[in-house]
Amino acid sequence: MTVRGPSGPPPTTRSGPGRLLIAVYALFAVAATGRSVYQLSAQASEAPVPYTLSAVAAMLYATATLALVRGGRRWRQVAWTVCAIELVGVLTVGAASMVVAFPDETVWGHFGAGYGYVPMVLPVLGLGWLWRTTDAPR
Amino acid sequence: MFPFLQVVVIVLAAVVALLAVVAALRDEQPGWSLVGTLAAVELALLVQLVIGLVQVAGTDRDLSTATFLAYLIGVVLVPPIAFVWAAAEQTRWGTAVLAVGGVTVIVLVLRLEQIWAG
Repeated sequence: MTVRGPSGPPPTTRSGPGRLLIAVYALFAVAATGRSVYQLSAQASEAPVPYTLSAVAAMLYATATLALVRGGRRWRQVAWTVCAIELVGVLTVGAASMVVAFPDETVWGHFGAGYGYVPMVLPVLGLGWLWRTTDAPR
Repeated sequence: MFPFLQVVVIVLAAVVALLAVVAALRDEQPGWSLVGTLAAVELALLVQLVIGLVQVAGTDRDLSTATFLAYLIGVVLVPPIAFVWAAAEQTRWGTAVLAVGGVTVIVLVLRLEQIWAG
């Protein structure tokens, strides 16, 4: 896998593999937003905790998408933070959903099994990509 | 809902995903067959949109209409957005975006069918 061309400058967070990563992040921002809007509007009173978690996940995905698109020093810090929170979130919620029977799935329930485990993989790839592009132009 | 059309959409979207993965692995630009199939997916989705709107208007059974419409309209936006986002990155990674678009269309159409079935 060639991330950096032999002559070109190092990639920004939105070029090369970042292009694909941002596409998946944007997709999950939309998916999680849709899910939380639906759940909060239709069933919020039934189980506020998992539905609020879906909304938090949606905000994190949206923020990560924006931060990866913008790049730059401040946005990269935002992206690091958000991806780290996501990873902790999906691990925590995933583990909790194994122990406690959640009344309904959240995006992160069972480590994102309902979404092909992409929620588990995404923050890892995000953090890896930020690490790879550390020398990118600010 | 309209199973034949959905089979067509899913098959075409699967072809898009397959061609895109192959092109990305070979580090090739998307060929005309890939772009053409993506356009065919969009065309089929537009037909699905029209039929879906007519069917929603004509049904009186209990249907989560807002969710159905969100999927029905949302899925139409996927191929153009994937195309624009992919076209700006003329490497294998841009091509791979089209594969994500194809898979997304398949998932959304399957969900659409589930929502219609209730």
